[in-house]
Amino acid sequence: MNILDMTAVGLAAAIKNKEVTVRQATEAVLAQIEEKEADFHCYVTVDKEGALKQAEEVQKKIDAGELDGPLAGVPVAIKDNMCTEGMLTTCSSKILGNFVPTFSSEAVLNLQKAGAVILGKTNMDEFAMGSTTETSAYGVTKNPWNPEHVPGGSSGGSAAAVAAGECFYALGSDTGGSIRQPASFCGVVGLKPTYGRVSRYGLIAYGSSLDQIGPLCKDVTDCAAIMEIIATHDLKDSTSVEQEDTDFTSALVDDVKGMRIGIPKDYFGEGLDPEVKDAVLKAAEVLKEKGAVVEEFDLSLVEYAIPTYYTIAAAEASSNLERFDGIKYGYRTEEYEGLHNMYKKSRSEGFGAEVKRRIMLGSFVLSSGYYDAYYLKALRVKALIKKAFDEAFAKYDVILGPVAPTTAPKLGESLSDPLKMYLGDIYTISVNLAGLPGLSMPCGIDSKGLPIGLQLIGDCFNEKKLIQTAYAYEKARGAFGRKEDK
Amino acid sequence: MANIISDETIEYVGILAKLELSGEEKEQAKKDMGSMLDYIDKLGELDTEGVEPMSHVFPVKNVFREDVVTNGDMREEILKNAPGEKNGMFAVPRTFE
Repeated sequence: MNILDMTAVGLAAAIKNKEVTVRQATEAVLAQIEEKEADFHCYVTVDKEGALKQAEEVQKKIDAGELDGPLAGVPVAIKDNMCTEGMLTTCSSKILGNFVPTFSSEAVLNLQKAGAVILGKTNMDEFAMGSTTETSAYGVTKNPWNPEHVPGGSSGGSAAAVAAGECFYALGSDTGGSIRQPASFCGVVGLKPTYGRVSRYGLIAYGSSLDQIGPLCKDVTDCAAIMEIIATHDLKDSTSVEQEDTDFTSALVDDVKGMRIGIPKDYFGEGLDPEVKDAVLKAAEVLKEKGAVVEEFDLSLVEYAIPTYYTIAAAEASSNLERFDGIKYGYRTEEYEGLHNMYKKSRSEGFGAEVKRRIMLGSFVLSSGYYDAYYLKALRVKALIKKAFDEAFAKYDVILGPVAPTTAPKLGESLSDPLKMYLGDIYTISVNLAGLPGLSMPCGIDSKGLPIGLQLIGDCFNEKKLIQTAYAYEKARGAFGRKEDK
Repeated sequence: MANIISDETIEYVGILAKLELSGEEKEQAKKDMGSMLDYIDKLGELDTEGVEPMSHVFPVKNVFREDVVTNGDMREEILKNAPGEKNGMFAVPRTFE
């Protein structure tokens, strides 16, 4: 078997059995990066030397019996909004164009402890604000299924790198769909864990009450294995939760008999592409045939999720991004008159258009006189949305629906109308508002040859039910890939 | 468009956001913010009387830990990221005249 065709768990097993060395795996993936980057541009930074050095160190530990975890020796790509000690971390923004962190984020440290080889940092929408990876200051990433289309975003580089074989798995972050939507567009598996599952320490904040780190990978087994490594309680993140049920791989069971699956009727209305609709409903049918109890219901409030999200996320972003002031790190303008002029010029030159748009909106909704009408109102609607999900999960184990209304749009079609782009987040965004886990996996290919994503949503800390349902569906669906690759 | 954003509002928000927008950017910002607010106004359709604003989905209380230093002296590495440095400190433009 070609090394690049292996899943992360499959490669680790092959390394353990001495069929492949960590160096061979790292060299194979670096060669793939070299060959494909000109086409897809998944990475902002590739650390070739560092990766080969790590490969040697990890191999020694495996040989000495110090490392024997399910992902030991597997090369991984990290979204460029997670700090990596000694490695450029740009958030795909000009304002952090030269930022080299002095520490690593907790999720990255957890992977390294488990024997991961860090290949580099993946491209993203600037500060994770966007749905196409086109707002990056370092060029657009292209969809490996068809380079005329976007990979989705904001974790577009991570999703594309997995799809293109430029890594074996990747970390992304999800504030309103930024793991699930690119996973859907690139035909890979992505999981946004329950808020508080994975430490946000070292994740450069966008919307702190919504941000969560999670895996992008080739299959559900990889997803469960990665989650076992990154879901830890961390005292450095006060929203990190103490948790016991982190044995996610125990949920890799091909059985959905009696699993109660709810299909929100409101997710299948106007705006949903008929091909996406058919593929998602077909997946529900497959689960029903395997013994799941599938029924439709009214979730309600779906149309209010986007305005709620953009109010809260913009408000938090305007506060979080105040730290970029040209003093401690990052870009500083060349000519200025005094301190305040320096702040303003550095920020105005350093941030891109979408980031400025959200900072402006956030500053407005938090400003005196508008705070109650906009920000507090959004927090009240958030409570209603959470309640609607609580009621749904009293009846169902899993909610099933599409990830996005369409498959990947063409490059250059989305940014001209921000509001239209925001509407593409309609099925993913409420999951972040309610703090829930959501999993995206491929369930079909449309007539343009682009992958279609299925979304499974669970109640808080019920990732295992998602993994079990996804695993059972994956078994029935069979291997997934481009027709020309088969 | 129901929400008309005035020049004064954009100036004021620019001060809060510490952003200096060009004339063209200001016009665009007025348009963008107006249409976003029109959209957000949709939330007004919902009766939220008596609903507590939810800032956090789980009941989180203050989280305490011992204040113990775990990292070493990283002054040099940290200052390497600073646009201005002087005598082992961050250099900033003159603040008082």
